[in-house]
Amino acid sequence: MSALWRSSERAAAACVRALGGPAAKWLSRIVGFSMCASVKYGSRGPALIPRMKTKHRVYYIALFSVVLLGLIATGAFQFWPHSIESAAEWSVDRRSVHDAPLVRLPANSPIPERGDLSCRMHTCFNVYSCGYNPKNRIKVYIYPLQRYVDELGTPISSTGLSREYNELLSAISDSDFYTDDVSRACLLVPSIDVLNQNSLRVRETAQALAMLPRWDRGTNHLLFNMLPGGPPDYNTALDVPRDKALLAGGGFSTWTYRQGYDVSIPVYSPLSAEVDLPERPPGPRRYFILSSQTALHREYRGELERLKEENGEAVLLLDKCSNLSQGAVSSRKRCYKSQVFDYPQILQESSFCVVLRGARLGQAILSDVLQAGCVPVILADSYILPFSEVLDWKRASVVIPEDKLPEIYTILKGIPHRQVEEMQRQARWFWDAYFRSMKAIGLTTLQIINDRIYPYAARSYEQWNNPPVVQWSSVNSPLFLPLIPPRSPGFTAVVLTYDRVESLFRVITEISKVPSLAKLLVVWNNQNKSPPEESLWPKINVPLKVVRTKENKLSNRFFPYDEIETEAVLAIDDDIIMLTSDELQFGYEVWREFPDRLVGYPGRLHLWDHEMGKWKYESEWTNEVSMVLTGAAFYHKYFNYLYTYKMPGDIKNWVDAHMNCEDIAMNFLVANITGKAPIKVTPRKKFKCPECTAIDGLSLDQTHMVERSECINKFASVFGTMPLKVVEHRADPVLYKDDFPEKLKSFPNIGSL
Amino acid sequence: MQARKKYVLLTVCACCWLLLVYWGGIQVRLLRLLGQPRTEDVRLWPEWADQELLLGFADLEELQADELAGESPQQRRQAWSGIYRDGRCRMETCFDFSRCRGRDGFRVYVYPPEKGERISESYRKILASIAESRYHTSDPREACLFVLGIDTLDRDQLSAQYVPNVDERIRGYPLWNDGRNHLIFNLYSGTWPNYTEDLGFRVGQAILAKASLNVEHFRPGFDVSIPLFSKDHPQKGGERGWLERNSVPPRRKYLLMFKGKRYLTGIGSDTRNALHHIHNGKDIVSLTTCRHGKDWEKHKDGRCDHDNLEYERYDYQELLHNSTFCLVPRGRRLGSFRFLESLQAACIPVLLSNGWELPFSDVIQWNQAVIEGDERLLLQVPTTVHAVDDEKVLALRQRTQLLWDAYFSSVDKIVLTTLEIIKDRVFSYVSRNKLMWNALPGGLLVLPEYSTHLAHFPFYYLSQGMSPGQEFTAVIHAVSPLVSQSQPIMRLLQVVSKSKYCSQIIILWNSEKPPPARSKWPPMPVPLTVMDGRKKTTSRFLPHVAIETEAVLSLDEDTVLLTSEVNFAFLVWRSFPERIVGYPPRSHFWDPVKRVWGYTSKWTNEYSIVLTGAAFYHRYYHHLFSQYLPPSLRALVDHTSNCEDILMNFLVSSVTHLPPIKVAQRKQHKEAASPQGAKNAPWSNPEHFTQRQECVNAFASWFGYMPLVHSQLRLDPVLFRDQVSVLRKKYKDLERA
Repeated sequence: MSALWRSSERAAAACVRALGGPAAKWLSRIVGFSMCASVKYGSRGPALIPRMKTKHRVYYIALFSVVLLGLIATGAFQFWPHSIESAAEWSVDRRSVHDAPLVRLPANSPIPERGDLSCRMHTCFNVYSCGYNPKNRIKVYIYPLQRYVDELGTPISSTGLSREYNELLSAISDSDFYTDDVSRACLLVPSIDVLNQNSLRVRETAQALAMLPRWDRGTNHLLFNMLPGGPPDYNTALDVPRDKALLAGGGFSTWTYRQGYDVSIPVYSPLSAEVDLPERPPGPRRYFILSSQTALHREYRGELERLKEENGEAVLLLDKCSNLSQGAVSSRKRCYKSQVFDYPQILQESSFCVVLRGARLGQAILSDVLQAGCVPVILADSYILPFSEVLDWKRASVVIPEDKLPEIYTILKGIPHRQVEEMQRQARWFWDAYFRSMKAIGLTTLQIINDRIYPYAARSYEQWNNPPVVQWSSVNSPLFLPLIPPRSPGFTAVVLTYDRVESLFRVITEISKVPSLAKLLVVWNNQNKSPPEESLWPKINVPLKVVRTKENKLSNRFFPYDEIETEAVLAIDDDIIMLTSDELQFGYEVWREFPDRLVGYPGRLHLWDHEMGKWKYESEWTNEVSMVLTGAAFYHKYFNYLYTYKMPGDIKNWVDAHMNCEDIAMNFLVANITGKAPIKVTPRKKFKCPECTAIDGLSLDQTHMVERSECINKFASVFGTMPLKVVEHRADPVLYKDDFPEKLKSFPNIGSL
Repeated sequence: MQARKKYVLLTVCACCWLLLVYWGGIQVRLLRLLGQPRTEDVRLWPEWADQELLLGFADLEELQADELAGESPQQRRQAWSGIYRDGRCRMETCFDFSRCRGRDGFRVYVYPPEKGERISESYRKILASIAESRYHTSDPREACLFVLGIDTLDRDQLSAQYVPNVDERIRGYPLWNDGRNHLIFNLYSGTWPNYTEDLGFRVGQAILAKASLNVEHFRPGFDVSIPLFSKDHPQKGGERGWLERNSVPPRRKYLLMFKGKRYLTGIGSDTRNALHHIHNGKDIVSLTTCRHGKDWEKHKDGRCDHDNLEYERYDYQELLHNSTFCLVPRGRRLGSFRFLESLQAACIPVLLSNGWELPFSDVIQWNQAVIEGDERLLLQVPTTVHAVDDEKVLALRQRTQLLWDAYFSSVDKIVLTTLEIIKDRVFSYVSRNKLMWNALPGGLLVLPEYSTHLAHFPFYYLSQGMSPGQEFTAVIHAVSPLVSQSQPIMRLLQVVSKSKYCSQIIILWNSEKPPPARSKWPPMPVPLTVMDGRKKTTSRFLPHVAIETEAVLSLDEDTVLLTSEVNFAFLVWRSFPERIVGYPPRSHFWDPVKRVWGYTSKWTNEYSIVLTGAAFYHRYYHHLFSQYLPPSLRALVDHTSNCEDILMNFLVSSVTHLPPIKVAQRKQHKEAASPQGAKNAPWSNPEHFTQRQECVNAFASWFGYMPLVHSQLRLDPVLFRDQVSVLRKKYKDLERA
């Protein structure tokens, strides 16, 4: 509709242009042709109509209606073709699979070579077609569907396009990877369905592949196959000759899998879509080991039966049902003697589920087992587990060599209970994220290939393997290496000041006595007044720089100024004159031992107010600490970047608007990213209410506390959690208050009031 | 007439108008075609009208009835070992698992080198590492893995280190068995001009631990790729990484650097010949010299003289220190020394070595520590490294240090990592997961025999969103017989059991006398277990299965403590679960005159040890103490009945690289011990002190470096000794004199 409007407006504009009528100018903006026509008529009309005779009037009206009709017809003609065209497209969209063009394969058309086992990304893959890409994302092209038949007209595949492959291709087509421009594609996916080798005619399929217009010996082509091989040997990779094409295969063995080239994928289980198994909460399960496969080799079954004899009820060994009532689907029932169980629901009743190899290595049951949150016990020697390139299967499964089958009970008993529960959660998460649909399988495959082509932008282990619960609660500090930085080159003191020059100068003089001070940076936050002349500043031994800010904002204190050349930053207010040089130097030493934390002097606490049902700020003399005030605190310069560029939500603006709580915000930020509490150093001092600098008078104290409490609640809601950690300790020098000569202590002057 | 004229005019106008509309319409259509972004017109995969009718790729019956017909699986497995051999070896076909049964199943035997055998420095170090490791056995019958006494490191026939006739000699080994369960180390294979992977003898079914392995020859899950290391690589300990601080912004003076040879001809010259193209003399420094080999001037080209000059202008070491990224292109072989060099220098390696199976690629996730480039895309490298943001640089750089320190800094670590990887394959169901290998403190310090569960280790709490347990187990080391109810141990039992965090108490009975009857012990609110310590000092750190909590409070029988002291220390431990948290501190220092390490128990301003006579730590350290440390060190401790606490501090600091934590204490430790106890007490003996000094040096030499780290702080309760009412204080007892 809007498109119609737009075009009619343009057409009207065109009419105005053609007529040049000045009166029509404004009209063109609002209306379409009919109005335009009448305007044209109107412009000459006034002189015309009064003189008109009645006999002409009929003719006139008739003509006018003809013109109007013509107009409408033309208009319709104008805009129909579009709709007709798109309707045609639409109907093409809704066409049947059987309408796909038919391609007849000549009997002697070429056959690709067998897959080259030595293929690797750097030898068989053409990276130039992927190239550098700012988004670090490969482009995937899908060939349009065609129906291949041999010379006699027999199709090359008995299923044609399968439901699963169609889902897979739609998913790729809907994803960010997709392109319809073959020349921009990095990866090409044929629409020839080779998921199940059993339904294929191998030779003819190969010929069909070779006929693809961009085949080029299979370079950058990706084939998806889940059931490889056929009787009697059951190869572990697709038997269709495929030149250099990459294979995403289910059931690779270590001998057919080309590491770093092929992708091992799961065998999709149609039960995933049919059955809805809600995630089972952790807790005891009825059986310890469950075997539910029906087609087991008798040797395996014999061994499992022996296992059952030894361990009784803990092991449940199921088989096909011999006498099912009518209407029951045999693939959805399992039996033990005369007992009948629903499959796959029964899988949820067991801690461990056996997944033995069959004729093929990859088994669809693996997907069912994961869905049930049962820990798979995989016995399939040389099997390459699905997506093993990125998934850490040791956290979700137990892989046991086949000849250790008789020992599985002992082996599994050795796994701690808590670990089993975690593995169950992990198994279910793998299914949720990577197994549940053809879409998940397809996009995971593409992501793995994407990670190989742009390794520097690859997803990390944590992203692949941590379930959402863990991703939420876990902490991966950006400063994770345990380093104790050397004492030199010291720290940079950043003093935020407005206009209290006298107090500022005293602070500067005091700080300059600290041995490890490397530089002093004064952040002049007053735009109306210039800082005092250079000659008036106290003379100190370290460089002193003054930065003038553009706006009086609290966040200026945490800006990562280039002038800060040390890692350690001491943020200090212009009225903190009570800290001794020993205290500051000791604070720096403590920071060196905890460079990833805030190390500060006055400590504060957050409390949960049960009555009000919200957080409360506490500055009383408590036994606990969860924040340190940044009126005097050491921290890593990295946190300046975080504060300035990575602060979540609107916290930064909130702080600047309220002219308060920048220190609480900093405490939240650091605790959230490191998962660690700040460190309060040295005993309590009588600070001149360092947090109420902007407030005068005692009566405002109450308002101040309310405001600070509000900040905590606001930040907690922005972070979505309460990241602050409460501790009961503070750091003192080793010999603080010990009976030891003061002269011999490194930091004697600590705690004096 | 006039009217008709007007009608005609009107009709003409109308027709014109109609035409106009028609043409205008055309314009509109064109506009629409041009104006819309192409992406909206993307031809998607069609939504088929009959897609509901499509067949499944396989029906359920077919998927479930995938029966392995015919031959028995057992026979098939046996047949495999005949088919998949040599180049297609895998653990299940070429390795005899039956040699590695039982708990201590993984034993490594080294063939004694023959007399007069020439062994290179590097191989000597490898053999020494194995001999000193806890897996070594001198009995070939109990061995699971065999290592040759013949030096196979350098298989370049032109090299002076080349050992001839290896084939004949190994066939003479009665246990060779076509290489089954043998491990062969190699650094250099092949020779000019092709540098093939050929070792010059038949490797058969032996596992190769080889540098510069090519992915095509690598037998996945069987061979181990090791890094190329120089003969000066330290046997033990090894230098730490060069990264001292995480400076921000993390970019260094140069963005990318390379300084090395340019091969004018031969293998590897494709890449090396092109490296000079990316040199811009500003942030990217790529220097090549043609000067190498004897006849370089023969192949010399126009660039050589200019490049050689430029090459001399920069110092390699200086570039290493000052560059954010370091190019690590292939040499003649795929691996090069500069890989380890840049890893140590925290210069993020940018690999240009197509087909190189990276060292320990089985377990290490290299994409988190290096940039894997493609030789074919050399000219894209500058753009790629430019695009890596600061956050990522910071992470990559720290990870280089983590890996260097965990796996590469010494020959010992390289060899042990190789053995551990093989062991993880042999006992695949009790092995480390990828997280354990790639997170701090590294796989070598995580023993899967203890547990494979992340929550059981002190290292992964934060990364898994967990927190340490709320309870602790007290382990009391008792040496004196129980004679009176007023003995210090009785008091200690009372104090500890009163703590609300205490869940059980274990008494390790190490006295000459047999343990007293159960009734002699006072009644307790928590379970009390008495265990026999077999009079060994190290028994206090045995991995007692009885300990059910993560936290252990280790106590001497004569320790004087208050319940609130215990409670406070436990809460501190919960903040630092990977460290030792204790009360009385000690310190070590370097004595430059005697050139030995010194030990002091004097009051000093810093400390590096806290005594384990009263300390909290994670129970995993019990396991590490008894399994990771060599028997020789534990024997030393048992023999002298001393130093077990120092050894524990060494161990924990070597794991964490951090100092222990001392917490506030009411009065000096052990001051109040009974006079008669003090007389017999070992620490009153001057010899005791000398012994401890010797211990420090013995331990430092086994570790190969001094792991202890000094700290200057003590953690006190928040209101400790503050001038506020005692009533406000939670730990007021601590302040009573």
